[in-house]
This record gives sequence, structure tokens and C-alpha cells, in this order.
Amino acid sequence: MAERITDEIIDYVSILAKLKLSAEDREQAKQDMESMLQYIDMLNELDTDGVEPMSHIFPLENVLREDVVENGDEREQLLKNAPSIKNGMFKVPRTVE
Amino acid sequence: MEILAYTAVELSEKIKKGEIKVRDGVDAVWDSINKREKDLHCYITLEKEKSYIQAEEVQQKIDKGELSGPLAGVPFAIKDNLCTEGTLTSCASGILRNFVPTYSAEAVRKLEAAGAVIIGKTNMDEFAMGSTTETSWFGVTRNPWNQEHVPGGSSGGSAAAVAAQECFAALGSDTGGSIRQPASFCGVVGMKPTYGTVSRYGLVAYASSLDQIGPLTKDVTDCAAILEAIAGFDKKDSTSALRKDTDFTAALQRGIQGLRIGIPSDYLGDGLDAEVREAVLKGAKLLEQEGALVEEFDLKLVNYGIPAYYTIAAAEASSNLERFDGVKYGYRTKEYEGLHDMYKKTRSEGFGPEVKRRIMLGSFVLSSGYYDAYYLKALKVKTLIKKAYEEAFSHYDVILGPAAPTTAPRLGESLSDPIKMYLGDIYTISANLAGLPGISIPCGTDSKGLPIGMQLIGDCYREKTLLQTAYTYEKAKGGCKVEKKSLSTIDFESAEADMRCKNDKTI
Amino acid sequence: MTKQYDTVIGLEVHIELATRTKIFCGCSTQFGGEANTHTCPVCTGMPGSLPVLNRQVVDYAVGVGLAANCNITRYCKFDRKNYFYPDNPQNYQISQLYLPICQNGYIEIDTASGSKKIGIHEIHMEEDAGKLTHDEWEDCSLADYNRSGVPLIEIVTEPDMRNAQEVTAFLDKLRLIVKYLGASDCKLQEGSMRADVNLSIRESGSDTLGTRTEMKNLNSFKAITRAIESEYKRQMELLEEGKQVIQETRRWDDNKEYSYAMRSKEDAQDYRYFPDPDLVPIRLSDEWIEEIRSSLPELRDEKRKRFKSKYNLPDYDIDILTGSRTLADLFEEATAICGQPKKVSNWLMVETLRLLKEREMEPEAIRFSPDNLAKLIQLTEKKTINSSVAREVFEILFYENIDPEEYVETHGLNTVSNEDELQEILRQIIEDNPVSVADYRNGKKKALGFLVGQSMKKTQSKADPSLVSRILVELL
Repeated sequence: MAERITDEIIDYVSILAKLKLSAEDREQAKQDMESMLQYIDMLNELDTDGVEPMSHIFPLENVLREDVVENGDEREQLLKNAPSIKNGMFKVPRTVE
Repeated sequence: MEILAYTAVELSEKIKKGEIKVRDGVDAVWDSINKREKDLHCYITLEKEKSYIQAEEVQQKIDKGELSGPLAGVPFAIKDNLCTEGTLTSCASGILRNFVPTYSAEAVRKLEAAGAVIIGKTNMDEFAMGSTTETSWFGVTRNPWNQEHVPGGSSGGSAAAVAAQECFAALGSDTGGSIRQPASFCGVVGMKPTYGTVSRYGLVAYASSLDQIGPLTKDVTDCAAILEAIAGFDKKDSTSALRKDTDFTAALQRGIQGLRIGIPSDYLGDGLDAEVREAVLKGAKLLEQEGALVEEFDLKLVNYGIPAYYTIAAAEASSNLERFDGVKYGYRTKEYEGLHDMYKKTRSEGFGPEVKRRIMLGSFVLSSGYYDAYYLKALKVKTLIKKAYEEAFSHYDVILGPAAPTTAPRLGESLSDPIKMYLGDIYTISANLAGLPGISIPCGTDSKGLPIGMQLIGDCYREKTLLQTAYTYEKAKGGCKVEKKSLSTIDFESAEADMRCKNDKTI
Repeated sequence: MTKQYDTVIGLEVHIELATRTKIFCGCSTQFGGEANTHTCPVCTGMPGSLPVLNRQVVDYAVGVGLAANCNITRYCKFDRKNYFYPDNPQNYQISQLYLPICQNGYIEIDTASGSKKIGIHEIHMEEDAGKLTHDEWEDCSLADYNRSGVPLIEIVTEPDMRNAQEVTAFLDKLRLIVKYLGASDCKLQEGSMRADVNLSIRESGSDTLGTRTEMKNLNSFKAITRAIESEYKRQMELLEEGKQVIQETRRWDDNKEYSYAMRSKEDAQDYRYFPDPDLVPIRLSDEWIEEIRSSLPELRDEKRKRFKSKYNLPDYDIDILTGSRTLADLFEEATAICGQPKKVSNWLMVETLRLLKEREMEPEAIRFSPDNLAKLIQLTEKKTINSSVAREVFEILFYENIDPEEYVETHGLNTVSNEDELQEILRQIIEDNPVSVADYRNGKKKALGFLVGQSMKKTQSKADPSLVSRILVELL
């Protein structure tokens, strides 16, 4: 049976997840993902035609807040854990438009 | 030394009566930590200085009469995925190895408002993904009952700290069994409330639709008292439930006449260790003797919980963990070429293998072309599982079973076969999928002397039923002494060996 | 022979809502402010933070949807759009994909060939990202999260527009509607309104849609117009050369007047949308929608009709006055006080708009009250002040909203109409200007004008010019 998780798929997923895998990590990742998906395939034994996917477990709705300012200047706290800052902003490698 | 034998509630009573000071409880805990922590490694961060400052503040409030609740003056351990202002909160991950939050989790805040004294942050599986506390960036935690064995996970540090008396009680988090399973492995009580009962604000998210915070304690009374203190509506959490029935300590009554208990026959099949089975069924028998009606039934879909859970949890985790990117906080890789290289290196170096595995799986099941077949399918199965429970709870008040198929495995044996490890979640996982409350209580030990936990699952919002049942069980079991020889590897005083039996006032 | 091509255009318009706080947290949305001073753990993606929805965002979104003739989705959810970028603190944006709040509406525009309905495919709520600025000295970028979490609505149209005029007409109309509702100040230049243009071309008469491209960074109507023309040409050339149009996103550079493809290998466009588990669904009841509908102000078209029947004003005036709700309200209130619709209209259309234009201000920034405008008009009616004084006073009124009566009193600007006083002054003028007097007596009528001018100067314009004229003539 053709392998479901190809190198392309692992590379693609790595880009989505922003992970860098070494060649051997990639092999291991392929195997891991393949065996997990095989296990998850078990779900296909169940007939779910007409069943609603349950994204929220309880029928909680309309949780809203009023449009009132509650927060002040929290910059100092915000920047406390920053790896790199400049002029009160987070410094990152140059982004390309 | 006898201070350590008290439960949290008992300790607070003594303090409020003025028989001992808050400081005395804290001293006793630090004593215990000094002796045992180097072997067990329950904690990632110890806050000795802060704890004494806090103890003094709490003492003053108690003296003034401002603090009179059942937890005033009690030293607590907090799992390291709960934000604590001013104290390292790492989630046992390299990517947060230096993160010190400027805010505390709501549950922690409430606990402190009730007079708790924070001793430190406990070890866990990285980002709560694991069942053995072996994936922590800071190293493993050992089971106090036998240091060659794991304490369970992901709240292993919290469970071990309670069992080893390195605190009087602890908070953990449960997404697929992460409170209940380590509780059973460490011989303590652990409870996960109904989803939405305790605010998730400040709990670093793993799987948002499944995560809940809960107590790990020496007995059921402590468990009820802590849950009562931390439960309640929080406007900062949109999934927080507006509950009026959070006076859980009112359920601490012995009496379960006519309680209908169902044991899923699927729970008792192959894969369940014989000794665990025996202990759990013995527990059920005891409840029957107390007046409950116990029978086996077909729960259905038991095996499907695991694949559904792992699909959904991985998907949500892959999204929740995207924020860890070296930009705003936490670890950033030292050398990089450009933005995306920085992201990749930071995350690859910062996250451990299990976390990366789940992030990859999660990203995959959400990606276009696979979303319907995997993620949506899992959500549909979640609906079916919820329905199965609704059906079960129309016949039974409590579902009873083991918390785990075995007692604590040996260190180093679980991580090589992830799927086998995942299968260990079989009893606990569905309660998270269905949002139901569950409690694990110690019900014996196996021939190796490792603790066994009995799990009770209730219908949503039925914590009181569970607590009453667990309390009754505890009282009924009261006379059972723990075999001293099974604790011979630990330097316990003999009085502490009977610690759980002290709860029964009839002795 | 080159073929004839039609342009097919759809728009994705993002509008920043004028709420006081962000969409999911209680941080202020106020513009300006030093970097990162309007932030909290929620809008900066701190671990453990959770979103809570701002009710006003829903109200505005539904309001715009109702005004755009949309169906309001009764049960809607939020979804996460996952992608890594430093202006996105969680590296996912909370948006709505599967169940947007409004669907299937239209906005009517006026075109050369009559009225046309531009279809609205959907309107959804989402959060804005922070701002990245590129450091000039170092090879790095800097992230400011003040804007992160500011509420947006995104309006996606059907591909119903056929040229740049229709696009700008649509945007104008949309802007008018949204401003009328007070939902946003819709400034393209400031970014509170952003339009992305989706454009494809096809042979005239064809039914099938060509491959479309998306163009971003269009910060003015001129830029939009130029970009559309440029893209049409570019696509046409490709097709004429037998090449294919590639579906891509292009960035418009208005200085250089060209666009370039924004494609990065790292940008896997797979956003992995899934329902956000931290937020619960919104169920809009009939009552809630009715509440919003009844709180909607009278919209422009209705107002125009009402003004026509109520006020005896030319259509031209009415169009301008109803072009802005602020202007319209100001007009009505001032007219109600002084009962002079044409005068009020003139002051607004001429002097007010002039000053607004000079200052590059929008009508919404008008500071003076209808009371004070009405008072000014009454002062001119009673001839307490003359027209040039009135214009001076109006400028002060415009900037400082002074009470004209008080101002005139304290500054002694009352028209000098005391004849005796005037006679004194004018005799002096005549004495001082023998040449002009002689000219006048010799038949040069223009000299009178000069003398009147001098008198006005002498009285600091406070004299009534016609009275001055008459007295001079008498004296001479």
C-alpha cells in the first residue's frame, strides 16, 4: 500500500507548523504520523452520517462584554519577557512585504 | 513531624484555632522538601522566600479575622502550566524556560484569596502532553511509592508532591486524564470538574475544549474544599459556566443508599491488569455494601475515545502553541537567517519530541484536504460519545472503573511506543470529550506496593454526587491500613504511613 | 486584431469599527498613543489569555448588514485563521469563515447608465493585526500591538463591478452608509478603511470568469483607479501573448505606479480554519435584531426624501447636506431654532465646507453647535452685525464654538448704525480724502466705493455699508 505520509507532506506540514526537521527526524516523523493516522483510521468504523460535529460541548451562547475600557498602559509588563526590544517594540528579523 | 500528617482542612483548622501558626505548616513542608525533593524532583521552581512572606501575610489576615475559610494557611503546590505572577511558569518546556508571567491564573488567584501559601511550581509533561511526566525539559519526577516508577502525567509533579508530603495539596490540569491518572499512580485523590467549572484564564492552553483545572489532595474533604474555592464564573473566560451549585463541601456526607452505579463491561476486558481489576471491583463491592446498586453495562464506543481525543487535542494544540515563536516571550534561538528561520529554529529547539509530534499531527488533520476526513470526523465521533454518556446517565448516577489499566510503569519504558502509551488513557479520556466530571480515589495497592485508583465519572454538573460517593467510600474503607513494607523505600515516619486512615474518626 | 476584454472586479473591504475597546479585550482602540501602550495579555497572545467578545462589534456588524440589505446569520461562530507573522501575536487571527454574520446583500450605486446593485457576498467580524515598522538603521522590523485586536468587519462583494468608476462609487456609498451608522470613520488614508481589489478579465460577451488576482496597498481612490487600469493592461498583455494569468496577490506601489507579486515560498496559504474553542457561538434572536434595526439612524436616501418634502431647498443643497449625517443633523437642529433653512444651508455649504477643506477635516470633526450657528444667523437677520463681521465671527465660531451674541458684545462688533455717530466719522473721511471727493463730484462714481471702503476701514467694518453709502451721498 502506498505510504500516505510522503516526504512532501512532512515538508508541507513542517512549513505550516514552523518546525525544522533533520533528515532522521523527518523519517521518524513520517513513521510516527503514519502509525498515528492508522490508529485514528479506527474512527471510520463508525457511521457518522447526519451527525453534527460537536465543536462546543455545552450549549453556551452569546457570552459578551460591554464596550468599556478596562485596561490601561501595561507596556512595562508586556515587555518584561521579551527576547529583544527596541523603542518599546518587539524586535524581529526584517519582514518582507 | 505530625503536622505533615494533617490534611489541608485539618491543618487550617489547627491554624485558625491558634494551635499552630501558618509558618509551622510551611516549615514542615520545607523540611520534607529538603529530605525528599532531591530524589523525587516534584518541583521545577521552589519559592521558599516568597512562601514565608506569604505565610506572614496570611497569618496576619487570619489573626484579624479576615481569612476564615477552610484553606486559610495551607501550603500548596501549583502545576507549572498555571501562570503565577512573578514566578517562573515554564509548562516544563524549553521554549518557556525563562517566562515569568505578570499575571496569575484565576484559579491561583482564588486560591491565594482563600489563604493558600504557594510553595512552588510542580513538574509535568511538557505542555501537559504526556502520561508519565517524562517529557519535561527539566527532567523526570519519581513516584514517591517507588522511585523506579513514574508518577503518572501530565500532573505527575503535583501528584507526587502531595503523596510525598512536599505540600498539603496541589492544583493540576486535566485534558485527557492528567489529574486522575497521576492521582491513581501516586495514591492520592484527584478530581477534574465539569468543563467550564473552573476558569481557564491563566492556564496555558493545550486543548481548549478539553482542559480543566482541578485539585490533587490527601482526601476527599480537601478535594471538595479546594474545588469550592476555585470554581465559579469568570468573565475573562468565555467558556466559563455560570454555576450556582459550587458549594461542594455540602456533599461531604456519608450515604449512597440507592445510588445507581454502572461499570462498563468494556472497561474490564483484556488490557486491564488483574490486580487493578480486583482492587477496583473490591471498591465497587464496598460501595454496594454502603447501599449502592452496582451492575455492569455496555457503555459503547469506549475504544473510539482515544483516536477522537488525539485528533481533536492535537489539532487545538497545534494552534494554541503557535504563539510560542520567540517574538514576544520565552526562548529565542541564537542564530538565524531571517524571520522564518528564526521561527523554525526557535520552535524546533524549544519544543520536545512529543510536543512536536502532536503539533505535526494537529497541523495535518486541520490542513485542507484532510480537515473533513480527520478533524470533522473526530468532532462527529465526539457527538456520538457524548450521546452514549447521556444514554448511560439516564440509567446510572455514577460510572465506575479504573483510572488506568495498570499501576505506575517503570521509568523509561513508556515513551518508545507512543500509541501504547496513549492507550493508557482509555478510562479517563472520554470524560474530557464529553465535558464530564471525574474523580480518582485510592482503592488499594498491587503486589509491588504501587497504588491503584478507582475512578468515578458523573453526569455534567454532578460533582456533588461524585464527592458524596467518594466520601462515603473513604469513610467505609477507613479501617484499611497501608502495608508498611510497601513504603519501605521511602523515609516515612510510621505515623504518616497511616495518614489516610486518620481521616476516620472512629479509629 | 486585439480582442475586446471586459473587466470583472470584486472587492474585499476591511473597515475598522469605531468601538471604544478592542474586539476581544478591554484595551482602548484610541488612535495614536505610544507603541504597545494599549495592550494586555489577551491582545498580545500571552500564555493562558482568553478572548471575550465585545457586544458593540456585533451590533455594528449587524447594523451595517441591515443597511446593506443582507440576511443576518442567526447562528454564527468564530474561526481561527492560522498563519505565522510577527504582527499577529497568537499567530492565528480570529475571524469568521464558515458562518459569517451577514450574507447575500447589495448596495446600490449610481452609474452613468443608471442605478446598479452591487452584490455583497458576506460580511464577517474579525480582529486586526498589530503594526510592523521597518527599522531604518538596523536590518530588523519592530512590532507594535496597539492595533492588534481592533475590531474589523470585512465586506466581500460579488464580482459585480466593471470599471474603476463603479468601484469608487461603491466605496463612496459604503463609506457613507458606515459613517451614517457611526460605525467607523472610514478613512482610506489612515487605514480605517482598506480595500483589496480582485480583478480578472474576460473576452467581451463571455460568461466564464477569468483567473483573478488580488491587489493590496491601495490607499486612495486615485491609487485604486490607477491600479485597476494597470492590472487590466497587464492581464490583457499576458492573454494577448498567449500566456496565462496566475492567481496571486500583488502589491501596488502608487509612487512607481506598478504592482508586483507578493509570493513567498514560506507562505503556505493553508490557514487550517477551525472553530475557535475559546469563543462560544452567537445566536441572534429576532428581538436582538429588531433592537439593532430600530436603533439605526435614518439612512441617507430616506433623509434625502424627507428633506425634499420638508424643506424648500434645491436638490443640490439637499445632496450636500445629507452627504454627512453630522452635517444633516446640524442643519436640522439649527433650522429648528432659527427657522431659516436656506441661510443655514448656505452657511454650511459655503463657509463650513470651505474651512473643512482648508483644514483637511471631515464634517464629523465640526465643533460648533447648532445653537450658536442659529444665533449667528439671528444676529445677521436683526442686522446687529453686517455680513463681513458675520463671516469673521463665523470663523471664530468654527474653531472655538463661541456664543456669537456674547462675542459681539464683548468685542463691540455691533454694526455702527447710529446715524449721528456715522455722520461724525464720515465728515472726517470726506475731509481726509479731498481727491476722491473731488473725483466723485466730477462724476466718477467709483470714487464713492473708495470712500465707502475707507469708512469701513475706519469703523473696523462695523458700519452698515449701505447706510454709509447713503449718508455719504447725502453729505456730498
